[in-house]
Amino acid sequence: MSFENVIQYFIAGITTGSIYAIVAIGFNIIYNTTGIINFAQGEFLMLGGMISITLVQFVPLPFAICAAVLITAGAGYLLERTFIRGIKNPTPLRMIIITIGLSILIREAALHIWDEKVRSLPYFTGNEITSIAIFGAHFSPQVLWVLGTSALIVVFLNFFFSYTTTGKSMRACASNRIAAALCGIDITKMVSLSFVLSAAIGALAGCVISPITQTQYDCGTSLAIKGFTAAIFGGMGSSTGAIAGGLIIGIIEAASISIIPLAYKDAITLTVLLGILIFRPGGLFANGDASSKVDRP
Amino acid sequence: MLRIRNVVAGYGNLTVIRRASLHVKTGEIVTIIGGNGAGKTTLLGTIAGINQSREGEIFFDNHDITKLSSDKITSRGLSLVPEGRQVFSSMTVLENLEMGAFIRYRKGEKDEIISDIEKMYRLFPILESRKHQQAGTLSGGEQQMLAIARALMGRPKLLMLDEPSLGLAPIIVQQIFSIIKELRSFGNTILLVEQNAKAALNIADRGYVMETGHILLEGTSKELLENKDVQRAYLGKEYRRINE
Repeated sequence: MSFENVIQYFIAGITTGSIYAIVAIGFNIIYNTTGIINFAQGEFLMLGGMISITLVQFVPLPFAICAAVLITAGAGYLLERTFIRGIKNPTPLRMIIITIGLSILIREAALHIWDEKVRSLPYFTGNEITSIAIFGAHFSPQVLWVLGTSALIVVFLNFFFSYTTTGKSMRACASNRIAAALCGIDITKMVSLSFVLSAAIGALAGCVISPITQTQYDCGTSLAIKGFTAAIFGGMGSSTGAIAGGLIIGIIEAASISIIPLAYKDAITLTVLLGILIFRPGGLFANGDASSKVDRP
Repeated sequence: MLRIRNVVAGYGNLTVIRRASLHVKTGEIVTIIGGNGAGKTTLLGTIAGINQSREGEIFFDNHDITKLSSDKITSRGLSLVPEGRQVFSSMTVLENLEMGAFIRYRKGEKDEIISDIEKMYRLFPILESRKHQQAGTLSGGEQQMLAIARALMGRPKLLMLDEPSLGLAPIIVQQIFSIIKELRSFGNTILLVEQNAKAALNIADRGYVMETGHILLEGTSKELLENKDVQRAYLGKEYRRINE
């Protein structure tokens, strides 16, 4: 394999990998405040992509993306409000079944609202054939948009969780719910907020990736599986882990194409997922709070 | 300040608190003593809104707080330092203190919060030297101090402490109790739950004795310290010596 090829695969890997990382972070935000693994996370990306594609016919691209993010965030709030908040006895199994149900519901709704056609947003700069060359490898400027946006999301979240009172109180909820309530933190509000936040970053990721991977009513499922693998890989609840997990899985996937047929790309991720669950179920950067959640009384 | 009447509470089919009534007046230290499983922790949890009462009423500052959720109760100035510390272990000591003042950030008391954090460092010097350390890495006694400081950051009108001496070395227990005494001199009202009856009665004005969900006895600390049943059951004095 030539050096150019290596670079090419590497860039392709970190591009999709950064999207997996964002999905994984979305999983983590909700998991940390609620203990729920929201399997409808991938659908937020699909919704973001689909809504912006529809809107871009009427308004300029930046407005379409902003509106898509806001609408998806609203959808995230509604989902939590309608299907999650009312659950009297939220056991993990029950919540998993509910979120899987939600993901199917959103997918089918999307099939009826749009249709089964594959669509995509226009490239943010240039078009399909514009390319930038680095070390002999060629890639689309959209790659920079994806990487930049992902980095921006990570920086924003880092700032939000470390320096704002609301962000810190979400971490407090993640660390100890009862103690958080005893500090006067409204847990219900934090749970809503976690859904809104993860829907919003999901939608944004769904928009920037749309020109490269295309968007379809059911594209959320595979993204959710990849993102989930990344989250597990990095250790559920750890954002550093999510980023590392996402990038590693993206790179493994991209590299695998050079060895085995493209059709097996998804199988690679699932093999990694099984491997982690068998050999290192806590993940690479197992978060103390997340892993102790199980045995806390 | 706090008045509860005929409270019944429990978990699922289990009734733990059976018609308990008590009150706390402003400026008092009141203690609830009793053995394991008497329902002391459940009673405090019910007052703080962690579990809901099935019957009875809880009044705080002349407002009915029986049905309020715990965050609303805390916002009204009634703070609980829960059993087993429950600090935010993945957050730093400083962040824990900031979270304690959560309800005050909305009122825009940022400067006062900063000066209160300094006050906490004076009260618990060990916390200042550990302020950027994760709370989970502190020792048990340090975590207890942090939990108390965190609750004080909300400037509660009434502070409830659940077994602050649990699992701590005797010297640390002494420190914690002298801090509680000090808090009273700052004008705090305190409701203290303890298995360590002697230490608790020594710093309290009044006390309640609780057993299997009932309040059996109430009186001033002096009365309770002299009461023969209390001495036998909770102060570890031998039956024979009492009768002599």
